[in-house]
Amino acid sequence: MHVPDGFIDVPTSLGAGVVAAGAIAVSLKGARRELDDRTAPLAGLVAAFIFAVQMLNFPVAAGTSGHLLGGALAAVLVGPYTGALCIAVVLLVQGLFFADGGLTALGVNVTDMSVVGVGVGYLVFLGLVRILPKTRSAVVVASAVAAFVSVPAAAAAFTGFYAIGATSSVPVGTVLGAMVGVHLLIGLGEAAITAATVASVIGVRPDLVRGARHLQAPLDLRITPTTRPLTPGAFDA
Amino acid sequence: MGSDHAHRLYVPGASVVHRLGPQCKLVATVAFVILVVLTPARQMWAFALYALVLAVVAAVAHIPAPTIARRMLVEVPFVVFALAMPFLTPGDRVEVAGIQLSSAGLWSAWNVLAKATVGVVTSILLAATTDLRMLLLGLERLRLPGLLVQIMTFMVRYSDVITDEMRRMRIARLARGFEARDIRSLPVLAHSAGALFIRSYERGERVHLAMLSRGYTGSMPSVVDIAAPTRDWALALALPAVAIVILTAARVSA
Repeated sequence: MHVPDGFIDVPTSLGAGVVAAGAIAVSLKGARRELDDRTAPLAGLVAAFIFAVQMLNFPVAAGTSGHLLGGALAAVLVGPYTGALCIAVVLLVQGLFFADGGLTALGVNVTDMSVVGVGVGYLVFLGLVRILPKTRSAVVVASAVAAFVSVPAAAAAFTGFYAIGATSSVPVGTVLGAMVGVHLLIGLGEAAITAATVASVIGVRPDLVRGARHLQAPLDLRITPTTRPLTPGAFDA
Repeated sequence: MGSDHAHRLYVPGASVVHRLGPQCKLVATVAFVILVVLTPARQMWAFALYALVLAVVAAVAHIPAPTIARRMLVEVPFVVFALAMPFLTPGDRVEVAGIQLSSAGLWSAWNVLAKATVGVVTSILLAATTDLRMLLLGLERLRLPGLLVQIMTFMVRYSDVITDEMRRMRIARLARGFEARDIRSLPVLAHSAGALFIRSYERGERVHLAMLSRGYTGSMPSVVDIAAPTRDWALALALPAVAIVILTAARVSA
């Protein structure tokens, strides 16, 4: 769902551009806190991952297929700032190089999907992780709900821009209904694949899931007294 | 990595458009698209002129029309949305081929279709005539934050590697008789996505270590100087200049 040129008027697009630029500046700072000097290669590679995974189509129903947007997934896997930054970078690259999403609509697209999509997704995730028991399955459930909510939230944010700077006279209520309705369905697919992906990463490399950091037991050094002292030359043979 | 193959978006050439400084082309493209969006939709001839201008640029740059047409397919989802507008807009109805349509809705649909199409073609021409790496250098030259440009550079450099990895995983799935038919195949695809994330992240860590061992201190050394002469700027800014003339004429006659 990339807004093209001409859908939102120029003043609103420029306003959204300012919001998006501010958000990118904040997430650049935040990502540096999350990743320190590894920011450039790691955020770049995670952005490349998001870009690739958005091409992974999964069948929904009746011959239609959907793909992952990845906002909530990125927030849970690499943290909110890096996640928002990666989604913004993907949108910038798609708009600038792939003609996917209008150049004047870049601000609207970044605000919808990176700021609102990742932000709402991460807040829902954080809230749920706080109240749910501290288990891996709770993290998976929380990421599913976060992904489900993040998609219609981004659609609602788009409708907000539409209400401010629409170039067409389709009533805002109709747009809100259609956008949120369709995106609730997309959200179901997003939730399923986000949860399954988080579950599979947690199963293999739990240390790579930032949202599951609180589950990691701190390493402790255990000293077991040995009954037989090692004799010099024991390993020479 | 390290191989100097041009990206598939780039159509190699040595035309005037190809040789312009990337920063000049970026500024010209963005300015042109903003001016197009500002144009009142009811002046249909203005959009015909914009299309003509872009056709001239494409002809000068020797970008074949089929290439442009093929890449325009990204627009399709929004075309569907635009086509729904005449049915959803309240107000005056006009009869088109026996169907009651809203005239305001028809104009909205035309507005979005015309502006989005001109925007898409402009972006396609930019990417077709400018190497991706040059575009990134141009962005840096336009004072985009260095770290952001570095992240974009890594994304662009590695997106082929990651996409290829995904393709290999897909072939491996196919070779084992897997075909995604319905919702039950989702866990398999999610495992692939998870594996892809782990591989991408670990590759990022390796790249970081490789960079450190080559003396990375937070900024990338610049090897090419892309300072653009005034002639480049003048030539590139001719595009938005023409657009200003068309826009003014359209506003006056509106």
